[in-house]
Amino acid sequence: MSGTPLFLDATDRALIKATQAGLPLETRPFTAIAEALGLPLQEILDRLERMRVAGAIRRIAAVPNHYALGYRANGMSVWDVEDEAIDRLGRKVGALPAVSHCYRRPRRPPDWPYNLFAMVHGRERAEVEAEVTKIRTLLGAAARAGEVLYSSRILKKTGLRLVD
Amino acid sequence: MMDELDRQLINWLQGGLPIAEAPFAAAAAALGLAEDEVVQRLRRLAELRVLSRVGPMYDAVRLGGGLTLAAMAVPEARFDEVAELVNAYPEVAHNYRREHRWNMWFVLATERPERVGELLAEIAARTGLAVLDLPKEAEYFLALRLPA
Repeated sequence: MSGTPLFLDATDRALIKATQAGLPLETRPFTAIAEALGLPLQEILDRLERMRVAGAIRRIAAVPNHYALGYRANGMSVWDVEDEAIDRLGRKVGALPAVSHCYRRPRRPPDWPYNLFAMVHGRERAEVEAEVTKIRTLLGAAARAGEVLYSSRILKKTGLRLVD
Repeated sequence: MMDELDRQLINWLQGGLPIAEAPFAAAAAALGLAEDEVVQRLRRLAELRVLSRVGPMYDAVRLGGGLTLAAMAVPEARFDEVAELVNAYPEVAHNYRREHRWNMWFVLATERPERVGELLAEIAARTGLAVLDLPKEAEYFLALRLPA
């Protein structure tokens, strides 16, 4: 996940600032941004493309509100998976359709024994539980323990603000 | 609230749109809509909060910033007070209450990578509570979308 961070100049920063909360919903959104920043359209497209190629932009997409789509149950499943097996098994868990995010993170013994995190969304808890059973089966003996932490309240959700 | 075309549009656009002058043209053609109609639908879905936004998904780390997932085990009697303290930091992007001893989970995104550690130490000092720092070490997802 490392790699050289992208060098951002003042124009890149202005572009990120203008787009991090979303594009204007118009048929020519990049033209509107170009006008707002006083730059040619092609420069906006080139700069976005450069950030996309560098991985600084994962993609340009619609970001739905899971809850509004009817995915009311959200379970963060966490597992203690053997180090030698985690990359191979993590990719399999991440490929399950109900898993929206899957990450390896450090254990923090004795407080926190889990190193694999798989976020599971479902319309209700039973659906999440069924998916967690699939994950447990996939991990098999390589997972020494696991738990599901259900979210009970969104305390804050502003999204990333990368540039002030 | 949402019709079948709205669902198809959300599913299409979750997969990504091109960096082009008319980024909605391909979705419009695929769904048999005019670009104007696509935009009208997106505006309505944003107003209904079915869509949080349509735009670039930036990667904080690749932009040279810091990013982590942090957890705290907050005593019930202090939960609201600590949530208020944590949420007041603009660097806290999301914060969820979860049913567990570690009951507060938040994502911290900072412009400078070293700021993550400084902020976590500050939150620990101000609350007197331990803060787990759980940055991602690898990422394994292929599923980019949830069917609408």
